[in-house]
Parts: sequence; structure tokens; C-alpha cells
Amino acid sequence: MALQKTKTPMREQEPEERIKNFDEVPFGYSDEEAVVEAERCLQCKHQPCVEGCPVHVPIPQFIQAILDGDVVEANQIIKSKNNLPAVCGRVCPQEEQCEKVCVMGIKNEPVAIGRLERYVADYNMEKGTDKSSAAELEKMKIPELEEKKVAVIGAGPAGLTAAADLAKYGFDVTIFEALHDTGGVLRYGIPEFRLPKDIVDREVEAIKDLGVEIRLNVVVGKTMTVDELFEQGYEAMFIGVGAGLPRFLNIPGENLNGVYSANEFLTRVNLMKAFKYPEYKTPVVVGDKVAVVGAGNVAMDSARTAKRLGAEDVYIVYRRAAEQMPARSEEIHHAEEEGIEFKLLNNPVAIHGEDGRVNKMECLKMKLGEKDDSGRRRPLPIDDSNWMLDVDTVIIAIGQNPNPLLTSNTKDIETKSWGGIKVNEDQETSREGVYAGGDVVTGAATVIKAMGAGKTAAENIKNDLLNKSKK
Amino acid sequence: MYKVLKKEKLVPTITKLKIVAPLIAEKTKPGNFIILRVDEKGERVPLTIADYDREEGSITIIFQEVGYSTKKLGKLEVGDCLQDLVGPLGHHIDMEDCKKVVLLGGGTGTALLYPKVKGFYEQGAEVISITGVRTKNLIILEDELNEYSDKLYIATDDGSYGIHGFVTEILKDVLKDEKDIDLVVAIGPVPMMKAVADMTEEYGIETIVSLNAIMVDGTGMCGACRVTVGGETKFTCFDGPSFDAHQVDFEELMNRLNFYQNEEEDVAKANSAEEVN
Ligand SMILES: Cc1cc2nc3c(=O)[nH]c(=O)nc-3n(C[C@H](O)[C@H](O)[C@H](O)COP(=O)(O)OP(=O)(O)OC[C@H]3O[C@@H](n4cnc5c(N)ncnc54)[C@H](O)[C@@H]3O)c2cc1C
Ligand SMILES: Cc1cc2nc3c(=O)[nH]c(=O)nc-3n(C[C@H](O)[C@H](O)[C@H](O)COP(=O)(O)OP(=O)(O)OC[C@H]3O[C@@H](n4cnc5c(N)ncnc54)[C@H](O)[C@@H]3O)c2cc1C
Ligand code: SF4
Ligand code: SF4
Ligand code: FES
Ligand SMILES: [Mg+2]
Repeated sequence: MALQKTKTPMREQEPEERIKNFDEVPFGYSDEEAVVEAERCLQCKHQPCVEGCPVHVPIPQFIQAILDGDVVEANQIIKSKNNLPAVCGRVCPQEEQCEKVCVMGIKNEPVAIGRLERYVADYNMEKGTDKSSAAELEKMKIPELEEKKVAVIGAGPAGLTAAADLAKYGFDVTIFEALHDTGGVLRYGIPEFRLPKDIVDREVEAIKDLGVEIRLNVVVGKTMTVDELFEQGYEAMFIGVGAGLPRFLNIPGENLNGVYSANEFLTRVNLMKAFKYPEYKTPVVVGDKVAVVGAGNVAMDSARTAKRLGAEDVYIVYRRAAEQMPARSEEIHHAEEEGIEFKLLNNPVAIHGEDGRVNKMECLKMKLGEKDDSGRRRPLPIDDSNWMLDVDTVIIAIGQNPNPLLTSNTKDIETKSWGGIKVNEDQETSREGVYAGGDVVTGAATVIKAMGAGKTAAENIKNDLLNKSKK
Repeated sequence: MYKVLKKEKLVPTITKLKIVAPLIAEKTKPGNFIILRVDEKGERVPLTIADYDREEGSITIIFQEVGYSTKKLGKLEVGDCLQDLVGPLGHHIDMEDCKKVVLLGGGTGTALLYPKVKGFYEQGAEVISITGVRTKNLIILEDELNEYSDKLYIATDDGSYGIHGFVTEILKDVLKDEKDIDLVVAIGPVPMMKAVADMTEEYGIETIVSLNAIMVDGTGMCGACRVTVGGETKFTCFDGPSFDAHQVDFEELMNRLNFYQNEEEDVAKANSAEEVN
């Protein structure tokens, strides 16, 4: 039988239906579809896909387990490297990572590794077979480390991963989280229709089952300091506080009513559940015409959310060209299907208002010039090309910087000029015993990279404290 | 967690709650605030820490019941628990090097002012307090303010108690009569803070206002609370909530505070309907 050249399609909600709800868009593979897709894998000896994955999930091995009919085993194989497969299978930029280097992808479409990972995770969640047994967990524990306390600051993917691994080594782990709920961007940023929150809940429950204590509503740097945590007997710390400081355009009119940072807009809708307003009491105001500035994942999420909240015309306004949009291609495709309009090569220069509320955004048309440092062709303004876009809401989604709250209140943790925490290859900061990872180190990046950093840090904390206990 | 220890209605629409919060009490300084959620479906509500007791491990909040969330909060009884409570947030006010201070509170602003009055007094400064309300039965914290002030002026809009008039009229006289005022602190409705700022600017007296911008997270993550100070955008929760009064764009603040008015009214209505059922 000739190999199927394209990925096995994943069924999903029709665009005209899904823009009326917040339910997840794709449905996931059935058992049969998963097997058809798994058969496309060539089981390459040199496994380039594994190198392409930031945490080195043993991809051909888990795919083989699907073919062998052992989806429980497939899950164990993935979980040996990736604590959050249901999340990564949904939101990883696979086309840039594992699937980018898949051998099948040279002549045909790559194996749908992400979709298979999602299938395995969902299958096991549904069957309740996603947890390690008490005996298995007991085996992983290192006796010398039991009762040693480690603190994890931030309950995003970096912190959750670090905490899970640390708990498996036997440490007594406490996560301190500033918000009233866990998950970081998985909770407050990525919308329900792309990552259902009951998946985040389940992953968090699994981490609690490992014995991790989670303390919400603790802002480290305010409620408690790093020094105090050490005084309380924590022997090491992992900082995974993310890159939550929204950037603005610094153009006139940006503080008019109706201008949101993507963080505020998405936090209101996701964390505070404004999409269920007025049952949930936090309001969000979306007019008929919404401009989202930027073209990354955050921008696509904002645009698609605005559409679902009832906006008629939603625009992506971006100063570069289509091929330069940083969002995942799947998300851009979904946005297009949902009727989001792309106003590319347009740079907002001012926001205008009436009675304190935004009513127009002034844009300058751009053209592409020479390549810049990032290798992308630089956008150049076209003189006197200003034009007005009628809008009643503007959402700024041009990126985030690390939040300075913790670092500005903590001594001896060196940061880079843009606020990122400096770490060595072990993820250790300039302060002994304090490790950091995820967006607070790299700037806004990806879920899987944050998890990879959490894993590396956990392993080095283990080695470090083992060495110390031997001395 | 976050259990209500004590409840007192100061006036029909202003309530004082003492809440168990040992970690917050430990760290609080005058000027800090907290964010709370009453229940699972509730908003995140920022409120000033009006008082704290480190030994008991409690904080006190004083709030005016203006809309859905504060009304819901006002329904809690002793023994009830809040869903969430986080803090202390924001910068505290630096009280050192102040020998003589004038503090003005308008309406519920007086509650927000009180920890500062106490702080300055305990630190040895000469404290002149001015508080103003619409009418006599809305006066709050008179005894407490008296205890921690060298001079206390009370004004009512209708003349039913104390001096007839606005706090700014008293301030006018105080600025004329008193010498060597190091600092003026004003907390209250935005128009009142603006009026104070305009007055003290003429005298060149340093003036601080505490802003009540709309907030969500309170940690610098969302930018909802942005205000323009000295031509620059600042986040009230992270850079404030206290700012140099002479630099604040009060019109912008006022406009931003009104953004959700329609929704707030809807929720308030829906809520009174719920209660009828
Ligand atoms: C809207 C949006 C969509 C995205 N889509 C994708 C996608 O499709 N695929 C992908 O791979 N990546 C995506 N990303 C990026 C990805 O979510 C981040 O790279 C990842 O979440 C970073 O993880 P983290 O653990 O470092 O930080 P975060 O997820 O930011 O978590 C940090 C946590 O620390 C808490 N915290 C902060 N300060 C303190 C403090 N002082 N004390 C205690 N706790 C604190 C925060 O409240 C938060 O819960 C998206 C990001 C956004 C905003
Ligand atoms: C740092 C800070 C400290 C404060 N301290 C006190 C205090 O000690 N006592 C007190 O009575 N009030 C205080 N406030 C104001 C208080 O937060 C609001 O009155 C409250 O949020 C109103 O909520 P509501 O649902 O009852 O009313 P709503 O009907 O929803 O709103 C009434 C008005 O309150 C303001 N408001 C609404 N939501 C918010 C929000 N999330 N954040 C800020 N303001 C909002 C708006 O101007 C709105 O028009 C403070 C505000 C800030 C920012
Ligand atoms: S974790 Fe992400 S990159 Fe790694 S295999 Fe899974 S989908 Fe691919
Ligand atoms: S590179 Fe592609 S085809 Fe080869 S083993 Fe990995 S997933 Fe299978
Ligand atoms: S309240 Fe979100 S940044 Fe201040
Ligand atoms: Mg409200």
C-alpha cells in the first residue's frame, strides 16, 4: 500500500458555527484515524524528529506503541520527557520543531506528530490511565532528597514542569503563584477554544497528586521575598514568572477607552471568564469593529476571541508582510476561515477618539526594504500614505517583556538590559541556589521551551542538592 | 482562609471588615492595597489596606458599597471567608523627612487616608487632617483621625456638622495660615484631588494623590490601570498608586474610570433581580 502523502485530517467545528461559541475548534483523532496517521511514520533510525523537539520526546517509539495498540504505553513514553502532552499536542508550534525536520516532510506532508501526541494524551485522560502508579512514583524517589524543601515561583508551564520533576525526585515542593489560579498563560492567555481549561485543571491535579503544594495569591517580591523563602528552609528555588509585562506602541491616543493590551483583553475573557458575563462579573467591552495590532499567536487569539464576543469586523493590523507573521500557520489559517481581515504592511501611528472612546486608528502604509538583523525584510514607511481605519476597539498585541516585580525586589539576581533574568546552561541565576527558566529568561517564547527549561532546572537542582548532602 | 474576624457598618453604605491575612499584615506599610475576590464568579476588587495588626495577623479594609462587588462584599458576615485575597500591592508612601503634613480625605477617601495619617503621626510629623463629606451622618473615622492628628478639620457640604463647605475651602485657609508645610496628601474623588493639586501648585508644595484606576491583576501584567503622569504612561498598581499630583492627567483618569459604566449598571440590576427571586 502506498503511503498517504498528506496528514490525516482532523475534524473540526465549521467556521460559521465556531465563531458563535468558545468550544475547542478541532475534535481530535478517533482511534482509527490515529492508526492511519501513525502508519505514515517511517520509523527512521536517526530520528531527526526527536532532535527537533525541544524536550526530545521519543517520537517514533510512541508512534510505534500506537500501532502496537498500546496507547497507555505510548503515553508513558511521551511522559518520560513531556509532563504536559495534552497541552503541547495542541499548542506546540510543531511546524517549527518536531514536524519541521520529519523525513516524511521532505517530499510530502510531515507526520502529524502533534495531533498524535494530543490523541495519546486525551485517550489516557479519558480512560484515567494517565497517572503513574504509587509504586512507580516511589521508585523514582531519591531517599537523600526527601524532606528537602524547594520553592517554585510561578505556576505557568515552566514552574509546573519544574515542580512535577522535583516532586518525582522526592523533594518537598511548594509552588507560589501570584494570581488566584494556576497555569500562567495557559490559563489567562490562550483561549478556551484552543486549549480547554479542564485540560489545564487535569494537568494541575496530576501535579498535586505528586505531592506538590500550590499556594495561590502569593506575589513573591511583595507577599514574601526570596530571602524569606530561604530563611523558611527552602534550599533551592526555581523562578518561572514569565514575561507578563505588556508592550504598548507609545503613540498618541493609546490610553483612550477601548484600547486594551492583549494581556488585559485575554485575562478578562479567560481568567475572569468575561465570555460568560454577566454570570461571571468581570466585564469586557468589544464593539463592532476591532483592530488587533500585531500578528503573533497572541494577536490571533485576541482577534478570534473578539469575533466570538460578537464583533462584526475584526482586523489584524501588522507592519510587515504575510510571510513574516510570527503566528503559527494553523492559527493564521483558522483566523482567516473565521473571517478575520488582514491589513498587512500597515503601521498604526495614532489612535483617535470621540468622547474619550476610540473611534479611528490612523495607519501609515509600509513597503518592504532591505533585510534587517533578524534576516527579515525591514518595513519602511510610505510617505504621506496615512489613512484611517474605523474602529471602536483596539487590542495591542506586540509582545511582552519580563515582569520586573520580582527582580526589582530581589537582590543579587542579575538581569539583562531588557529585563530577562541571566542564567547559565544549568538554568542557574547569579544567585546560588536560585534557578530560573521560561519566558522570564528568554522573553516571550513557547510552552515547550518553558517546560524544557523547567526540566533542566529541576535536574540541576537535584544534582546540586545531592552533591551538597553528600558533603 | 481569609476569614472575616470583625464587621462594622460605619455608615449605611460604608463597611469596615477585619480579615485574617497574616502574610499580608506582616508586610503592609501605609499606602499599600490588596485585591480580593468575594466568590468564584467575582471580580478582582482593589482596596486600600486601612489598618493592620501584625500580632493578630489581620488587615482591615473600609469600603463604600458602590456597585455589584462592593455590595456583595458588604454582605459578608463574621466567620465568612473571601474567595481570594492578595497583597500587599503597590508602593507604600515614603514618610521620612516630613515634619509637617496636610492630609485631605473626601468621602470614602478618608478611609484610604487614615493609614497615612496614622503613619505620619507615629513617625513624629505634625499632622493636619481635613476630611469632608456630604452630610453629617456620612462622617467616618472621626475618633481615629482625632487620635492621630494635631489638628482635625471636618467639612460637610450641607453644613450639618463642622465647617460648611468643601475640603478645598479649608485647605485654602490652611495654606494661607500655616508655614513650612512639607507635603500635602489628597485622596478622594478625582475632581477633589484635581482641585487640591491646582491649589498647592500655586504654593509650590509637594503633593501626593493616591489613584484609584481600574485594575485587574494588580501586579503589572495587564496595563488596565495605566495613567499618564508627567506625560508618561505609568501602571497605577506597579508604579503607584501614589503619584505626584502636579503631574497627573486627571481628565484621562476620570474618563477611564467611566469606561464600564453601562456594564456595571447592568450587573447591578441583574443582581437586584437575583435577590428578588
Ligand atoms: C495569548 C498567548 C498565546 C500563546 N500561544 C502559544 C502557542 O500557541 N504555543 C506556544 O508554544 N506558546 C504560546 N504562547 C507562549 C507561551 O504561553 C509562553 O511562552 C509560556 O506560557 C511561558 O511559560 P512560563 O512558565 O515561562 O510563564 P507564564 O506562562 O507566563 O507563567 C508565569 C506565572 O508566574 C506567575 N507570576 C508572575 N510573577 C509572579 C510573582 N512575583 N510571584 C508569583 N507568581 C508570579 C504568573 O501569574 C504566571 O502564572 C502564547 C502566549 C500568549 C500570551
Ligand atoms: C488602589 C485602589 C485602592 C482602592 N481603595 C478603596 C478603598 O479603600 N475603599 C473603597 O471604597 N474603594 C476603594 N477603591 C475603589 C474600589 O476598587 C471600587 O469602588 C470597586 O472596585 C467598585 O466595584 P463595584 O463592583 O462595587 O462597583 P462597580 O459598579 O463595578 O463600579 C463602580 C466604579 O468603581 C470603579 N471600579 C470598577 N471596577 C473597578 C476595578 N476593578 N478597579 C478599580 N476601580 C473599579 C469604576 O470607576 C466604576 O465606575 C480603590 C481602588 C484602587 C484602584
Ligand atoms: S512536545 Fe511539541 S515539539 Fe515535542 S514532540 Fe510534542 S509536539 Fe513536537
Ligand atoms: S522523522 Fe518523521 S517519519 Fe521519521 S521517525 Fe520521526 S516522525 Fe517518523
Ligand atoms: S492592574 Fe494590571 S497592570 Fe495594573
Ligand atoms: Mg464591578
